[in-house]
Amino acid sequence: MATITQDAQRRTVDEPGHRPARPAGRWSRRGPLLPALIFMIVITQVPFLVTIAISTLNWNVLQPGTKSFAGLGNYDSFAGLSNYLTVFTDARLRNAVLNTVVLTASVVLISVLLGLGLAVLLDRKFAGRGLARTLLIAPFLVMPVASALLWKHALYNPDYGLFNGTLNAIWRLFGAQEGPVIDYVSSTPMPAVIAALVWQWTPFMMLIILSGLQAQPGDVLEAARVDGATGLQTFRYVTFPHLRQYLELAALLGSIYIVQTFDAIFTITQGGPGSATTNLPYEIYLTMFRKYEYGQAAAAGVVTVIGTIAIATFALRVVSSLFDEEAIK
Amino acid sequence: MSTAAVATRPTRSILRRKPKEDTSVQAGRWWAFSAWVLTLLFFAPVAWMVLTSLHQEADAATNPPSLLAPLTLSNYGLLFDRGVTPFLINSATASIVSTLLVLALSIPAAYALSIKPVEKWTDVMFFFLSTKFLPSIAALLPIYLLVKRAGMLDNIFTLVILYTSMNLPIAVWMMRSFLAEVPKEILEAAQMDGAGLLRVLWNVIAPVAMPGIVATSLICFIFSWNEFMFAVNLTATVSSTAPIFLVGFISSQGLFLAKLCAAATLVSLPVLIAGFAAQDKLVRGLSLGAVK
Repeated sequence: MATITQDAQRRTVDEPGHRPARPAGRWSRRGPLLPALIFMIVITQVPFLVTIAISTLNWNVLQPGTKSFAGLGNYDSFAGLSNYLTVFTDARLRNAVLNTVVLTASVVLISVLLGLGLAVLLDRKFAGRGLARTLLIAPFLVMPVASALLWKHALYNPDYGLFNGTLNAIWRLFGAQEGPVIDYVSSTPMPAVIAALVWQWTPFMMLIILSGLQAQPGDVLEAARVDGATGLQTFRYVTFPHLRQYLELAALLGSIYIVQTFDAIFTITQGGPGSATTNLPYEIYLTMFRKYEYGQAAAAGVVTVIGTIAIATFALRVVSSLFDEEAIK
Repeated sequence: MSTAAVATRPTRSILRRKPKEDTSVQAGRWWAFSAWVLTLLFFAPVAWMVLTSLHQEADAATNPPSLLAPLTLSNYGLLFDRGVTPFLINSATASIVSTLLVLALSIPAAYALSIKPVEKWTDVMFFFLSTKFLPSIAALLPIYLLVKRAGMLDNIFTLVILYTSMNLPIAVWMMRSFLAEVPKEILEAAQMDGAGLLRVLWNVIAPVAMPGIVATSLICFIFSWNEFMFAVNLTATVSSTAPIFLVGFISSQGLFLAKLCAAATLVSLPVLIAGFAAQDKLVRGLSLGAVK
C-alpha cells in the first residue's frame, strides 16, 4: 500500500496535470519509434511472406505457366510442399548445406582463436601499440570483393602470386633451382576460401575480445598477482571466465555474418571446382538466376531462414545477457 | 606523476627490484617483437596490394616478386580513363543517402527506446535485431520480382532503400546504447527547471549523442559501401556501384594485376579512412552496442 501511494505521489509530481491524458501520452511516446518500425516491417517482412508463397509454387522462368502471381510473373501450378522435398533430397543442396557448415565453423573457430591471440598481445603496452592496432583492423575494412580478388590473383596465383613467389625466393635462397608451383584455388579450394575469410574476419574477433580484456576489473588482476598467481594461471582462472561471454558474442555475431558469405565464393571459386565450395547463399543464387527455378530457390531460402533462426535464438540469449548486465549497471 | 616516479623508483630498484626489472624489460621486448611480427604478417596482403598498385604491369607479375621496382601512379590514372568515376559516384550516393535516411529514422526511434521508453521496449529492440539475422539472400528473389515489377531495377534509389533497411537495426541498437548514457538526473533536473523538449534535446542530449551519431554514420557508411550481393543482382549499367566495377575487371585480358590492385586500393580507400577515423567506436558498432 505504501509503495502504491508513494508511486502515485511521485507521478503527480513528475507529470502535473498529465494523468487523464495517458493514452495520448502513450502515443506521443510511440510516435518517434513508428517510422523506423513500420519501415522495417514493410521492407523485411513483406519479402519474407512473398518467399513463403513462392516456395509453394511450380515456377520455372524458362517454362512459364499461365497463372499470374500477383502481377510479378507467371507460374505453372501449385506445388504444395514438393519444393521442400526437393530441397531436402537434392544432392546439390545437401552438399551446399554441408559446405556452409564447414565454411562457417572453420572460419569462426580459426578467426576467434587468432583474434584471441592477437588481442592478448595487444592488451599489453608496447612500442607502437596504437599503430599496430590500426594496421590490424585494415583487413576487415578492405572491401570484401577487393580482398577476395586480392587473394585470388595477387596471392594465390600459381605463376606470379605472392605465396608461390615467396616460396620461390626462399627456395632459391637455399640454392634450389625453383620453388614449388602450387595452384591453391584448384587443389585446395575450400581451405583457400577459408584462409581468405579468416584473414578478413580475424580483426572483427580481435576487436571484440580486446575490449573484453580491457574491461577486466583491474583490482581482481592485482589481487591475483598479489596472491602469487603466474601469468598463465591468471589467464586460465581469472581472464578466461570473464572473457567467455565476449568470445561467445564474437563467435555468434561472426557466424551470423559468415553464414551469409556470398562475395568470396562468387569471386574466388564461383562455387567450384564442381560444387566443392558452393555454400547455401551461392546455391540459392544459382537456382534463382542460372536454373530459374523460383519455387525451389524460395524453398531453399525459407529453409536457410529457419536454420539461421536456430543459431539466432542462441545468439539473442547471449546478447540479452549482456543487455541485462548493462541494465544492472 | 613524473616527480613521484623519480622519487620512489631509485630506492626500490636499489633494494631488490633491479634483477627482476631486467628480465621484465627483456620479456617486454619479446612481447613487442612478436606482436609486431604478427601484425606485419597480417597487414602484408594490404601492403602488397598498395605496393603492386604502384608498380608497372611487367614488374607486378614477376616471380620471385620484385619489391624494389620503380613506382608509378599511372595505374590509377588508367582507372579513371576506364570510367571508374560513375561507379564511385553511385557508391557514394547509395552510401551517403542511405546513411542519412538511417539517421533520420534511428535517432527518434532510439529516443523512444531509451530516454522516454515505450512499454515493452526490449521486445521492439529484439525485433530490430532479429531482422539482422535473416539471411539477405532469402529475400533476394521477392525483392528482385517486386523491384522489377515497380520498374526500379538498375535504379540507385532501390539500393538506398535496401541499404537503409540493412543498417537500420544496427543504428537503432547503437544509438540506443549511446542515448542510454544520458544521465537521468540531469534530464529530470532540466525538466524540473521547465526546459522545453527542444532545449533538453539540444543542451542535454545532443552533447552525449553527437559522438554516437558520428560513429553510427561511419559504420553504416562502411557496410553500404562494401555491399555486393544486392548491387550485383539488382543493377546493370546505370547504377552499378564500386564493387561491380572491380568484378568487371577480372575479364580483362593480358597483364592486369597492377591495375586490379590499383582498383582494389582505390575502392577500399574511403572505408579504410572511415574505419580508421571510427576505430575507437568500431567495436561498439560491430557488436550492436553490446560491447563498449
